Amino acid sequence: MSAPTFRPGTVVKPTERLSREQVGLIHDASMRILHDPGIVCYNEEAVSIYRDAGCGVADGPQKKSWIVTIPHDVVRRALQSVPSRIVLGARDPSNALELDAEKPRVYFGTGSETNIVLEVDPAGANGAPAYREQRGTVNRLCDSARLCDALDNVDFFIRNVNVQDDGITVENKDANVFFAALLYCTKHVQAGISNLDALDEVLRIAAGVAGGEDRLRANPRVSFITCLVKSPLQMVDDTTQKTIEIARRGWPLVISSSPQGGSTAPVQEEGMVALINAEILAGVTLTQLVNPGTPVLYGAVPVRVRLDTLHDYYGAPEFVHYNSDCVQMARSYLIPCYSTAGVGDSSQPGLQTGVEKLLSHLAMAQTGAQYIHYAFGLLDRTNVFCPAQAVIDDANLTMVRETVRRTRFGADELTRAVSEVRSTMSSGTRLFARHIRRYRRQGLVSDPYALAGDDPSESAVLQRACERLQAIRATRSSRLDQSTVDAVRREAQGLLPPEAFDL
Amino acid sequence: MNKEELLSQIKRNVVLGHIDESDEGFDGDMEGQPGVTELVAKGLEEKAPVQEIISSLSDGMEIVGERFESEEYLIPDMLASAECVGAAMGILEPHLNANDIKRKGTFIIATVEGDLHDIGKNIVVTMLKGAGYDVKDLGINITAADIVAAVKEHKAQYLGLSALLTTTMVKMQDVIEELKKQGVRDSVKVLIGGAPTSEEFAKSIGADAHCRDAFAATDTLKSFEVAA
Repeated sequence: MSAPTFRPGTVVKPTERLSREQVGLIHDASMRILHDPGIVCYNEEAVSIYRDAGCGVADGPQKKSWIVTIPHDVVRRALQSVPSRIVLGARDPSNALELDAEKPRVYFGTGSETNIVLEVDPAGANGAPAYREQRGTVNRLCDSARLCDALDNVDFFIRNVNVQDDGITVENKDANVFFAALLYCTKHVQAGISNLDALDEVLRIAAGVAGGEDRLRANPRVSFITCLVKSPLQMVDDTTQKTIEIARRGWPLVISSSPQGGSTAPVQEEGMVALINAEILAGVTLTQLVNPGTPVLYGAVPVRVRLDTLHDYYGAPEFVHYNSDCVQMARSYLIPCYSTAGVGDSSQPGLQTGVEKLLSHLAMAQTGAQYIHYAFGLLDRTNVFCPAQAVIDDANLTMVRETVRRTRFGADELTRAVSEVRSTMSSGTRLFARHIRRYRRQGLVSDPYALAGDDPSESAVLQRACERLQAIRATRSSRLDQSTVDAVRREAQGLLPPEAFDL
Repeated sequence: MNKEELLSQIKRNVVLGHIDESDEGFDGDMEGQPGVTELVAKGLEEKAPVQEIISSLSDGMEIVGERFESEEYLIPDMLASAECVGAAMGILEPHLNANDIKRKGTFIIATVEGDLHDIGKNIVVTMLKGAGYDVKDLGINITAADIVAAVKEHKAQYLGLSALLTTTMVKMQDVIEELKKQGVRDSVKVLIGGAPTSEEFAKSIGADAHCRDAFAATDTLKSFEVAA
C-alpha cells in the first residue's frame, strides 16, 4: 500500500507571544485552577471515571452536580497517551490531512452552524449590492459543501449551515448533516453531534460512503467536535456523554471550549488562557481516561466580550493574543491545535469585514496552528454564512499563505543569487526580469490578488466573487456517485428525500 | 541542422526566451543548449540570409505577443524574449547595411539631465529592440545638448525622454527647446515617459506623445508608422 499523501497546507516558522517561562506559568496556573476550584461536572459517568483515576469528587452547587478536582499527576499521565500526530482522511485520499503537533503546518477550514445564509446580488436595485437572508436548509448545506470543495484554500469542511427544513428532527438532524457534507465534499468532514443516539448512524453513513467500516477506519473521513465545557469550568451533561462515547469508539475529536474574556473568563490574556487551558485539559484528560490514545485536538476558541453589547468580539486584537497563546500551550503538550481565525463583527462583505478577517487570518496563520476553523464566509460574528464572502476569504487566504510560508534557502541559492547579480549587471539593461521565470516555476513568486481587476472598487471585487461563485455552482463534479448514494440510502435512517440534496 | 531547422530553432528559442546556453528558458530545461545568440551566430557562419534570420526573430516575437495577449505569458516572459531579439540584432547589426536591410527606424532614448533612474527606460529599450527598432540608448543624466547631438548624428526619427523625478522632468522641455533651436524639431517625434509625467504635461512642453509604459511606447510608434 502506498504512503498516504496529504494536502500540502502551509508550513510556517511560528511566531510566539509567550516565553517558555510564561508557558510554564500558565500551565501551573491551570493546574492550580483544576485543583481549586476544580470543575463543576454535571455528568455522572464522567465523575465516576475521574474518581477512579484518583481525582477528588465532592457535591456540586446543584442537584446532580459534582465538583471534580484533578491532580496534576492525573493530567500528566493522560497527556502521555495523547497522539501528537493525527491523520484525518477524506473522500479523495489526496485531501487527507496530517496534523502533527511538532510540525507547524497550517490548514484552514470552515466552521460555525449558522441559521442564516446570505446571498448577494452585486448589482441589485439602483446598482448597489442587494442582500437576501435565507434560512439554513439541507440544500444550502449541500451548496456550501460543494463550494468549499471547490475553493483551493479550504482544507477541511465543518458543517457551517444549520439545517432547519420542515422534516428535520432532533433524531435525524445529524445523519442529514453528515450525509449532505459527504455527498458534495471530497475533503475531510467534521461536525458536532446534536443527538448522541445518532452517533452510530452517522458512522454507518460514513462507512457506507467509504465502502465499509474497515475502509472508514483506515481513512477516517469524518471526525467530531465536542464543546463539553460551558465556561467557566462547567462540564455539561449531554456533551460530556458524547465525548465519552466518541472517545470510547476511538474516533478523532476536538475538545473545544469557547470562553468569553470579560464575562465567562478573565479578560486579561494570562487569566483567559489559564482558564481555557484548564478547561481543555480537563476534557482531554477525560478522553484519555476513557480510551488511552484517543486522537484529540486542543480546541481553543477564546473570544473577547464587546463592552457595549456583551456579544462576542472576534475582531479584537485580544482575540489574536488569546488564540496565539493557546497554540503555544497546545504545542507544549504536543497536541495538534484546533484554532480560530477569520471572524468579524461586520454583517456584510466590505472594508470592515476585510480588516477584521485579515487581522486574525494572518496572525493565526503565523502561529503555526495546525487546524484553523471559522476561516470562510462567516459574517455578523458566527451568525451568518455568506457564500460570496467565502470566495473572497479564499482569495485572501491565498495571499495569507504566501505571506507566512517558511523561507528556505542555503549557500547554493545565495551563490546563484550572486551570479544573477553579476550577469545582470554586465547586461545592457540591468533588469532581473528574465530570472523571475525560475522562481515562478518554483512557486516563489506570488500571483496577483485573485479578485483583482481593472475596476478596483469594492463593488467590482464583490461582483467578481459572485461570478466565481456562480461558476462553481454551475458544476456538480464533487457529488458522490449515484450507486454509492443509493447504497447509503438503503441502509440509512431518517434521511430527507433525495430532492432535498439535489443541487 | 539545415537552414530551415536552424531558422525554426531561432524562432522557437525567441518564443521560449532562451537567450544563450547559460539561460534556462521558459520551462527551465534549456540550460546547456544553444540559445538565440549562438543560433544566430551559427546562421551567419552558415550564410543563412540575414533577412530570413530577422523574419524568424519577428515571427517568434509575434507568437510571444499572442501569448501575452492570451495571458499565457507575463511581462518577464515577454521581456526575456525581447531581450533575445535585441541581442540577436546586435549580432546582426554589422550585416544589415551590407544586405541593404532597413530597420523600422532609429530611436534615441535617454534619461534627462539630473536624473539617474533607468528601470523604465531599460524596459522600453528592451521592448523596442525586440520590436525591430534600431535603439540608441544614451544612458542616464544626459544633457539636452548631448541628446540633440545624438539625434542629429543618427538622423533619428524618434526620441524617447525619461524622468522619474518632478524636479528633473522639466528638463524634457529644455531638450525640445534645443531641438527647435538646432532646427531638427520637425524631423523627430518626441515621446516622453516616467512616473510623474502625464498626457497634459506632454502637451504643455510640446512633446508628440506621452507613454504610460513600454507597451504604450510600442503602440505609439506603430501609430506613427501607420500615419506615415
